[in-house]
Amino acid sequence: MSDLPAKLSDIIDRFGPHPAFSEGIRLATGVEPDRIVKTHCCFCGQQCGIQLKVKDNVVFGFEPWEDFPFNKGMLCPKGVKRYLQGSHPDRLTRALERDESVTAGFRPVPYDDAIRRTAAEIQRIQSTYGNDSFGVLSGASLTIEKAYLMGKFARVALKTPYIDYNGRLCMVSAAAGNKKAFGVDRAANPWNDILGAEVVWISGANVAECAPITTNYVWQAREKGAKIIVVDPRLTPIARTCDLFLPVKPGRDIALFNGVLHLMIENDWLDHDFINTWTNNFDAVAAHVKEWTPARTAEVTGISEKGIRKAAEMWGTANSSFLLHARGIEHHSHGVENVLGAINMVLASGRIGRENCGYATITGQGNGQGGREHGQKCDQLPGGRDIANPEHRAYIAGIWGIDEKDMPGAGVDAYELFRKIDTGEIRGLLSICFNPKVSLPDNTFIARMLDKLEFYVVIDFFLNESAYHADVVLPGSLQEEDEGIVTQIEGRVIKINKAVDPPGDAREDWRIIQDLARELGREKGFTFTRPVEILDELRLASRGGVSDYYGITYEKIERQGGVFWPCYDEAHPGTPRLFEPGSWNVVAKGAGPFYFPDGKARFNLAAYSPPKEEVDDEYPIILTTGRVVSQFLSGTQTRRIGPLVEQYPEPRIEMHPRLAEKLGVNDGDLVTAESRRGSMTLQAQVVSTIRPDTIFIPYHWAGAKSANQLTIAAQDPISKIPEYKVCAVKVFKASGGER
Amino acid sequence: MPVPSHLEFFVDPNRCIGCQSCVQACSECDTHKGYPMIHLEYVDRAHSVQTAPVICMHCDQPTCAEVCPADAIKRTDDGVVQSARKPRCIACNNCVLACPFGVPKMQTDFKLMMKCDMCYDRTSAGKKPMCATVCPSGALFFGTREEIERLRPRSTAINEFRFGQQVITTKVNLMTPRVAHAKYVDVTAAMDEGTTGKEISFNILDSMNNE
Repeated sequence: MSDLPAKLSDIIDRFGPHPAFSEGIRLATGVEPDRIVKTHCCFCGQQCGIQLKVKDNVVFGFEPWEDFPFNKGMLCPKGVKRYLQGSHPDRLTRALERDESVTAGFRPVPYDDAIRRTAAEIQRIQSTYGNDSFGVLSGASLTIEKAYLMGKFARVALKTPYIDYNGRLCMVSAAAGNKKAFGVDRAANPWNDILGAEVVWISGANVAECAPITTNYVWQAREKGAKIIVVDPRLTPIARTCDLFLPVKPGRDIALFNGVLHLMIENDWLDHDFINTWTNNFDAVAAHVKEWTPARTAEVTGISEKGIRKAAEMWGTANSSFLLHARGIEHHSHGVENVLGAINMVLASGRIGRENCGYATITGQGNGQGGREHGQKCDQLPGGRDIANPEHRAYIAGIWGIDEKDMPGAGVDAYELFRKIDTGEIRGLLSICFNPKVSLPDNTFIARMLDKLEFYVVIDFFLNESAYHADVVLPGSLQEEDEGIVTQIEGRVIKINKAVDPPGDAREDWRIIQDLARELGREKGFTFTRPVEILDELRLASRGGVSDYYGITYEKIERQGGVFWPCYDEAHPGTPRLFEPGSWNVVAKGAGPFYFPDGKARFNLAAYSPPKEEVDDEYPIILTTGRVVSQFLSGTQTRRIGPLVEQYPEPRIEMHPRLAEKLGVNDGDLVTAESRRGSMTLQAQVVSTIRPDTIFIPYHWAGAKSANQLTIAAQDPISKIPEYKVCAVKVFKASGGER
Repeated sequence: MPVPSHLEFFVDPNRCIGCQSCVQACSECDTHKGYPMIHLEYVDRAHSVQTAPVICMHCDQPTCAEVCPADAIKRTDDGVVQSARKPRCIACNNCVLACPFGVPKMQTDFKLMMKCDMCYDRTSAGKKPMCATVCPSGALFFGTREEIERLRPRSTAINEFRFGQQVITTKVNLMTPRVAHAKYVDVTAAMDEGTTGKEISFNILDSMNNE
């Protein structure tokens, strides 16, 4: 296959993205809903409670859900307008097949034909090149039931090791760091512990735009006297009123964490009892940070010595604290080390596992937490189990009713999977809930690889930009068209409730996967008739694992306003706060609160190394990428919601006036940013709220407006997260680019 | 049913993150669906991410009503200043020009002044206004005075504003820093005393300043 099946403009004309606005009953007043469905927002990891108003199988509006404990009715603009993704003109209601003879490049085909064709292609490719020649890409916006089924489908029905998911671009650095330090990967505390903290440290998290409701937790803490420290190359809205803003140079977070730990040790701002009793390896880390003097830290981080000393003092002398971080420190070729550096600061303070003493990564995707626990990650089995561990394999093989020897081993990360397309090892691909052409770095390579596939099938509710390259597209379900559980930012498992039926030939994603399994002649284990049946199997599959969901049921979730895992049995209420003194867990079995056999947390060396691509004379500016509040990830949904599109219609290049002056650029001028991988021209937004050595471009757009044309495919060696947050670019005024 | 008197609206610009959740939610309100009545602007985006939401302050003696030649703007007994009454409004724009807070909007499609009516359909039925329910940062808050005093110990609620010689008292409160001990917000002070704008910069970015 090569090239798109039709002119890009013709594909877009037919399939969008078209921005939808309220009309009909969505604009009418006084419409009485048939029913109001309590559920959750389809977007970020906070999973705010929301009530959807339904009439005639259309979600026509919303009502805040003030009783849901996390957000108490609060919503960001995405949540407010999320209902517009349903009944959308771009909605796929038929299966599609690539057809170069039709204007739009795709023709509708009967659903069953598309399933048959897909199964036949999978069989042809696997019988010609081997089972390993077919890959699966899944996503962390799927419910846990679906995520679990995807992992099972790849290992049992396709017998391929090659499944990975878009959490690879999101939470994996935090997950790996948490496992190395705590032995478990979950927010250590519920968000209520932010409220009583004396210091809230926020590193690399644009809280107000990416997790807006968390703002209220942070600022409520501030009202009670908490000091807020924000570390970010940009002065984001959460930084505007903070007590200390540290404008770190992108890619230098470890240096800051090490520098702060250095000062904590120098001033003896340490919890010796906690360190001695409940941690290992402190001395080695202490020796390592000896060289991170304030002077050296300042030189590397681009933050003043004064700022570093102030931060260390505020952090070091606090009685209670909460440290939050997000992609800002995680999207790096040393993302795991960044996370470990942050955790070292927390462990040295001893402020974890208690009320108002906490730590968490701010998970990005709707099911960012749950989606990374139950087996759609390349090296993992349900319950947070390890696919290389013989006992874990045997247990899951038992649940799945297969011989352990028939279970594939570990696969590769999502980006490596594309490199395997390049080498010809992978010839066919199924993707769901993933838009790699927009979301992966250096994405001209990704588009080329999609074209190189012999067969590419996409399951989605809209024709996302990656699907432009597909041979078959199967119409899946929107979040509100199915039910199931997800695990939000705090580790709280909640229930998504179905509001409407999928339209036309579209159907619940798990049904599509089961239809494929049946057509492949591998029906055994794929005959669920309702999501709760999948959940019941998953509960068993996770039982005894680190991420134990055995005691979680739909009823308990409803009764308690969510259930925090681990939840061991029906009588167990769940575990809102991890690592409490005297707490029991499946690994330590009473030896201590952390998830290692000795019950102790680990200090880990966090060695500083610069980003993969440093600036030089040719590419002298740092590019960092991120999000805006009105868009979500690759924009498949939010670029189709009119009011959100109008709020921030297209990306701009944010730059400091000092840089703008040097470049001769005025606010609104067209400027070109060019890296070794690509270039793009956008309007400049000249603001003094960013470091002068750095530009920022949000990444939600496709094609010529896609920031990932420029980003580098460098990855963390452990987590394999791409380095979205730093690469080198040159920036110049586009010819005729004056406003 | 009137808006219950123990429930009040508090605007806290200090908390605004500019997310526009209020604007988006406002356009979902049944009395003016598709038309947001909230104004949300960057104060000076070139130098700061500070934004400020403006809803109708619901003046005790509404200037908009006073200047209306058609007597189209009514303040109900619960203190809520309503949108212009359609049969009376002559779309003259007097209210738009006169409102000291810049709240009313002329909807030229309908030849009708529309403004924030504190979600009268919701607040008169015992609910919170849409914007104050969804606001994720607490910049818009609807509740009792006890609640706001407990939740915002560092701020004090003010409902007096001086515009030149005009002093206005409002139903809606503005949260101001408690340390300032302000009795009222003097919106025009800078006109008398000269502007004292201060450039905002990264004052701890020493190493960058040496370039």
